[in-house]
This record gives sequence, C-alpha cells and structure tokens, in this order.
Amino acid sequence: MALSLRVASVATLASLPAGILVAYALARWQFPGKQVVNGLVHLPLILPPVVTGYLLLLSMGRKGWIGYYLDEWFGIVFAFRWTGAVLAAAIMAFPLMVRAIRLSIEAVDPRLEEAGATLGASPAWVFLTVTLPLTLPGIIAGAILAFAKAMGEFGATITFVSNIPGQTQTLPSAVYAFLQVPGGETSAARLVVVAIAVAMSALMLSEFVARRVAARVGGG
Amino acid sequence: MLSVALRHRFPGFQLDATFTVPHGVTVLFGRSGSGKSTIVKAVAGLLKPDEGRITLDTDVLLDTGRGIALAPHRRRLGTVFQEGRLFPHLTVRQNLAYGRWFAPRGSRAEREDHVVEMLGIGHLLDRRPGLLSGGEKQRVAIGRALLCAPRLILADEPLAALDEARKAEILPYFERLRDEVSVPILYVSHSASEVARLATTVVALENGGVVRQGPPEAVLGDPSVTPLGSREAGALIAATVVRHHDDGLTELSAGGTPLFLPHLAQLPGQPVRVRIAAHDVILSRQRPEGLSALNILAGTVAEIREGGGPGAMVAIDTPAGRVLARITQRSVGALGLAPGAAVHAVIKTVSVSPADIGR
Repeated sequence: MALSLRVASVATLASLPAGILVAYALARWQFPGKQVVNGLVHLPLILPPVVTGYLLLLSMGRKGWIGYYLDEWFGIVFAFRWTGAVLAAAIMAFPLMVRAIRLSIEAVDPRLEEAGATLGASPAWVFLTVTLPLTLPGIIAGAILAFAKAMGEFGATITFVSNIPGQTQTLPSAVYAFLQVPGGETSAARLVVVAIAVAMSALMLSEFVARRVAARVGGG
Repeated sequence: MLSVALRHRFPGFQLDATFTVPHGVTVLFGRSGSGKSTIVKAVAGLLKPDEGRITLDTDVLLDTGRGIALAPHRRRLGTVFQEGRLFPHLTVRQNLAYGRWFAPRGSRAEREDHVVEMLGIGHLLDRRPGLLSGGEKQRVAIGRALLCAPRLILADEPLAALDEARKAEILPYFERLRDEVSVPILYVSHSASEVARLATTVVALENGGVVRQGPPEAVLGDPSVTPLGSREAGALIAATVVRHHDDGLTELSAGGTPLFLPHLAQLPGQPVRVRIAAHDVILSRQRPEGLSALNILAGTVAEIREGGGPGAMVAIDTPAGRVLARITQRSVGALGLAPGAAVHAVIKTVSVSPADIGR
C-alpha cells in the first residue's frame, strides 16, 4: 500500500516537468514530426497495457536495448524493481497528464504573453511569470489524473516488473493476488476500502486546490 | 527620436511607410485597414516585416538588410494595447511592478507613487484586473507601460474599445502623460478628436502609405489629406481662453479674432486647440447679417479640392488660422469660389463638441 502511494507519487512528480514541456511543445511549437511525437505520447492510452509492459520489458529490461546500456554504464536497473513500477506507471499516465496540461496551455491568451515580452520579459520569464501561473489549474488537474492512473496501473506494471510482494507489488496487483488464492477475499476487501479512501481524498484535494487556484487566476 | 521605414506585403495589401517620431505625442492617424496596427506590431517587435529599418536614437531595433531584429523584450518600449492585456493572475500592484522587474538596473523610470497618483489608481492597487472597469483597466495598463522604464511608449488605439464616457475619462490622463512625462509617445488612432486633443505631430496614413507628417494644424488643414474620408475632415485652430461669459459662453482669441464656444473648463490665459469639423462650416461671399451663428471669420480661399461625389473641400486662410469647409461643388460654382477669393466662414458655436477641444 505504502509502496503504491510511493510509486504513484514519484511517477507523477518525476514525469511532471517532462509533461509540461511536451504539452507546451505540442500546444505552441510547430516542428516537423509533431504528429509523430503526439502519436507516441498517446500510444500507451490506446495500446493494451500488457503490450506496453512487454515493450518496456523488451527495451528497458536487463537485456533490453536501452536497459542493457543503462545497467552497463550507469548501473540503473528498472526491471523487477519498484523503480520499474514507477516507470511503467509514469508512461501509462503520461498521455492523460499531457492532454490536460496541453488544453490549459492552449487556453492561455498569447496576447498576454506578447504583453509580457513588450514589458521586458524574455521568453523564459514570460513562460514562468505568465504562461505557467495561468496554466496552473490544468497542471494540477493533469497531475491528479496522472496520480490516479498511476495508482490504478496494473497491466503494464505486472508485465514489466511482475508482482513481487514488498518490491513491485502495487495495490492493484495485491488485490489481484489475494483474489487468486482461496480465502483471500477479506484481505482484498481491506485493500479495496483503502483504495477507495485514497482515491476519494485525492479527488477532494484536487477539487479544493483547483477551486482555490481558479479563484486566484480568474479574479472573479 | 524613433525613425521607422517599413515595407510589408499582405495578400491584397501593401504597407510602405516612412516616418519619424519626435518628442511629444505622435499620432499615427488613419482609418482601420490603413496599416496602423501592422506598424505598431513591427515597432514593438511582434511582427517581422519583409523589409525595414527602425532606429531609436542611436540604437538599431530592426534592420532587415543587416539581419538585425531585436526581440521585443530587448527593445524597451512600453506598450499600451487596445484591450489592456493586464495579467489576470496578478494584482494591480503586481501588474504595475511587472515591467520594472525586467528593466535594466539604473534605468530612469518614473516613480511608482507619482504614476499611481497621476493615473488615480491608488484605490485599486490590491484588486485583480478581473474586477476593474474598462477605463480602470486602461489606466492600469498605461501605468504598467510607464513603469517599465520605456524609451518610448506605444499606444495602440488605447481608447477604441471604450465607450464615449470612458474615453472622456482616459483622455485627460494621456494629456497629463504628454505634459508631465518626457518619454515620447507613438499613439495610434482613427479618431480626429484624439488627434485634436493629444497630437504634437501627426502622421497621416492612407492605404498603407504615409500621405503627410507634420504639426496637427498643418496636416488636418490640408484639404488633400483626409485619412478618414472627407466626411470626417476638420481643421484645428490654436487659440487662447480670454474669459468666461455669464451666459455660459467662453470667449477665445485665435490670432486676435474672437471665437465663442460653449463653456470650457480651461482658465483664462490657457491655450486650447479647437477642431472645427468641415461639414459644420458655412461659406458666404458677403459678411452675413442677421445670422444666429456667433463666429464669422473673414478670409481668403487657399485651395479647393473636388471630390469624386458632389462635394468639395475648401481651405480658407483666416486670421484665426486655417479652416476647412465641406460644401457642394454646385455651391463652389454659384459663389464663384476660386483660390484668392474673399469669403466668410460661419461656424455655429454649439457645433463644436467639447471632445474636440484639447491641450
């Protein structure tokens, strides 16, 4: 359970900067291959999670074409570790996060960014002082969505890092494991209650934060 | 001084304009579609023209020939947009402080308290822009541009989105800006009364080209320069307030000739500039008798320009200054008007609107 929270939190926070960058690029930049990037980002949403997990295993596993070198050169191993569960959850949640942030970036009036530039702010400062604060509600919504998706991620996780109690056994895999053995229903039910509690509090927190931020940004 | 030379081609429209912006308020004057907004965007750096060179004093902001195009944030021009464009997530105080933050250290900026006092926005400082009225927003936008230590202020039709009452509320602030702040202002407008009230220099634009640049009296008094069409033409007369009469009239002196207008707020001795719409002027060969109009100026015809329709624009030089009259070509013939002919220009007192009186 604690592992699940940790996996989901790390997955969300670690992918947030990349999510903002990709969302900004998709919303505002014109570059060759934009549709390809867009497709790649959304692929995990469309592919069966098991396929995504298998692809991760092929590429990021110890003998995978990226994982091998990560292990050789940096000693970083994802397969069958909790970090692997983070990676799987992050990739599965990424499209949801990017979609939410991209929508809110597209809603920011570019004329306000122009105004920032005429007042002496460089593009980076315009992004930090105008675009980012105005996008905050979308970023929060995207992060909460990604967190929820990461908490519930099952298919890619179990394929990529298996279901090792204490190491890679996230909440959904634990529920699944309990349901596979006779008499495990009680334990499973306990976890289900916990899952509902976590999900509800995350939802309420996001509502609260989003409302606070919207009130600040909108100004009535 | 700002020097601008631009060439830019749009589908179906060609901009080719060259002008300078000396100190004071230079009004870029023309109807919508004449290229005003393109020029402002190019000066601000928000649009890259096909060809052009823009210099501010000794700094080159743009020189397409040498491949120089300074980014907007390096130009240090304060811009006031038509729609205000205040940052909705910041308070008024933070909006005002935004530009100062990025201004180079040691640059000369107006003091914030002076600007806040001048624009009368002290009571708004802790509010957010979403709760301000249109006029209040525009005052904050002026202050924000002023406080970024600009070398020039660009005002892109700052009053066009406001109703008449709000316009009347904001115009005096621009007049104070002109009189109290040393930063030159490039002010874009399609309103002749804004020219009358604010301009120290006018750049008249027609179909993407500059047709004339000069002092407003000379530009607006030229019958061939009608950026808004002859319907909107009108000359400017410079005058001094002499005294306020008990019956609500204000007596002015223009070149020694008395002029009577509806009551003005200015004190005796103060200079004013009055815009006299060409369609409000009646011409007469003899000095008319028994007429209700109070202002009758004797003068001579300087120039006549016949338009495409039945109208003609007649420029009359009077001791009070140049006056334009829009009359029919039939009347030109009936009166036998020609350059050098003596005429009297008749101006009704009440036809002069307070919005057309400036300085």
